[in-house]
Amino acid sequence: MSNLDFVAEGKPADWVPLGETQTVVDPMEMFFKLPRKTEFITGSEAARESIRRMNVDVAIAYPITPQSETMQQAGYLYDEGYIKDFYRGEEEIGVMSACAGASRAGVRTLTATSGPGLMRGMEAISSWPGARVPMILMDMCRVINTPLAIQPDNIEMSFMLNTGMLLLHAEDQQDFYDYPLVAAIVSEKVDVTLPCAVSVDGFFVTHARGQVSMTPKEYKLPPRDGWASAVPAMDNENPPARLSRDAPIQKSNFISYHMHSSWQQEVFAAVERSAKYFDKYLDGCIEIVNPDADEFLVASGAAVSQSREAVRQEGEQGRKVGMIKIKTIRPWPMRQLIAALKNAKRILVPEFNQAGWLHKELCSTLYGRTTGTMIGGPRVYGGMTMPTEMILEWLADARKKQL
Amino acid sequence: MSIKRYNVRMAGIGGQGVVTASHILSNGVVISGGHSSLVPFFGSEKRNAPVESYVRISSEVIYEIGEIIFPNVIMIFHPSVITLGKSYTMPFYTGLKQDGIIIINSRTPIPFSKDEEREMADVGAKVYYLPATEIANEVAKTELATNMAMCGAVAAVFGMPDLISLAGSVKDRFVGKGVVVSGGTAALDSAIEKKFAKKQKLLEANMKTLEASYKYMIDKGWAHPDADPVKIDMAAISAC
Repeated sequence: MSNLDFVAEGKPADWVPLGETQTVVDPMEMFFKLPRKTEFITGSEAARESIRRMNVDVAIAYPITPQSETMQQAGYLYDEGYIKDFYRGEEEIGVMSACAGASRAGVRTLTATSGPGLMRGMEAISSWPGARVPMILMDMCRVINTPLAIQPDNIEMSFMLNTGMLLLHAEDQQDFYDYPLVAAIVSEKVDVTLPCAVSVDGFFVTHARGQVSMTPKEYKLPPRDGWASAVPAMDNENPPARLSRDAPIQKSNFISYHMHSSWQQEVFAAVERSAKYFDKYLDGCIEIVNPDADEFLVASGAAVSQSREAVRQEGEQGRKVGMIKIKTIRPWPMRQLIAALKNAKRILVPEFNQAGWLHKELCSTLYGRTTGTMIGGPRVYGGMTMPTEMILEWLADARKKQL
Repeated sequence: MSIKRYNVRMAGIGGQGVVTASHILSNGVVISGGHSSLVPFFGSEKRNAPVESYVRISSEVIYEIGEIIFPNVIMIFHPSVITLGKSYTMPFYTGLKQDGIIIINSRTPIPFSKDEEREMADVGAKVYYLPATEIANEVAKTELATNMAMCGAVAAVFGMPDLISLAGSVKDRFVGKGVVVSGGTAALDSAIEKKFAKKQKLLEANMKTLEASYKYMIDKGWAHPDADPVKIDMAAISAC
């Protein structure tokens, strides 16, 4: 934008967007070396601070609880000049489609949504990976099932598992500051070029305060290089843009079977290729506590926090319980999980959803690779909190029944 | 800190500043060097609708998130939480741990049923009645400071955070960095700011309310031995 545009928006003639005063730093410098200062802030505020440092070109969203407060904050970032363009779409199909267009044009694109909003945008969202559009989707989970509720429940994540999206699950406010920054960088790696969702359990994290250690706001990530991409930006002579209009590779008015299947294979191979980057930037795709324990709690998101407390309280009783935090749901850290759990005797999977999607994922990974008992629970859903006491009861019950 | 952990469930009605109180208490603990986290719980934002907020306080790092199902302290900001059932948790003492504390904003005791009395007695609940709204009206000249009176009271019961840290937290909330609570709370902020011509006056009124309820709890013998009724020095707080 020229200064005339800024003036038209009510800024003084000499206004300088604050984003332009930030210094670009290498991602490794940003993630591991820059000094950090800790603040006691909400998850929505942590998300804002993450976006401030993300060097976002365009942010588009439609409000929905509990996402609204983050994107309201993103509006302030636009006003201050940390985001170059920002607008509220009409609804989520439009928003997610517009995001695809923005990313296709080669700029760093960010959106955010929650529960029913994710579901409404799902048609467009599931088209992103095949379109090879890198972007960041912040997903603040809430109930999607009827009856209508605006409470936390992460069943919506299961709808993204098989889309080809990269999918991270933030545990707390700190993760919701760190993960989106990592997502932005990995999403744009040439051998990845995929959208990345960062899910977090709404309200429990977004509306609650926690300690967040952050780098100075004077530094930002490098900008997106639109040309460094598996699919050149806006190149209509290359897949996928050409897929639906290129006679030699078409059958009828759609793509050939072979072309489509190889394209899907490539998308899911790109998901696997992203693992090495997440491993580097997240300091491992999983975190293991008490690796030599016989009993393990395996969790992602807010269930990790409850599991940590359960591990501490078990420790106070003289019992060593292990815990695995899964940071990346896609790519799925299969090999690391098998290595960590092959000798476990009992594995509990606490979750904040009814279906137990994490338990199912884990079962399919560990089938035939562990002699331990898999226990699908405890689970809470519909907005319920999982008290630590509930995990302790399930552990005690499993021991009593010698499961 | 002699006591390891407090899990506080605050219950009140929309417009009383329950969520704000939880932010102030929690941030006060962090300012004083302790660990704390909080999570609010409310439906549609409207006056007189039930509101709950949960604060965890500890001398160690806190992992747990979410609502507090088994609190050891319950704060009732308005009698109608109990008498009219304006609460997400019924009866209001559900989940109270053994020997827990209940602080109720009411000048007079609430007539409980025999079953309720028995159930509270079964877990050894200690019930403290605090005339928080009266203290707010008397000291700050507005019932909007009821939440301050509740904050001062619970700080005295815990002996933490100290009054100066709590006052620093109040300053953070109203004239400092601010905090994103909700759209409704932002509207309430502007209402309260109109009532007080200057923020400084608002701060002073809040500080005096904190002091008054803190002292009330000490005078009643309900405060922790660590509770120290220092006078809040506005100049020192301003320099925070």
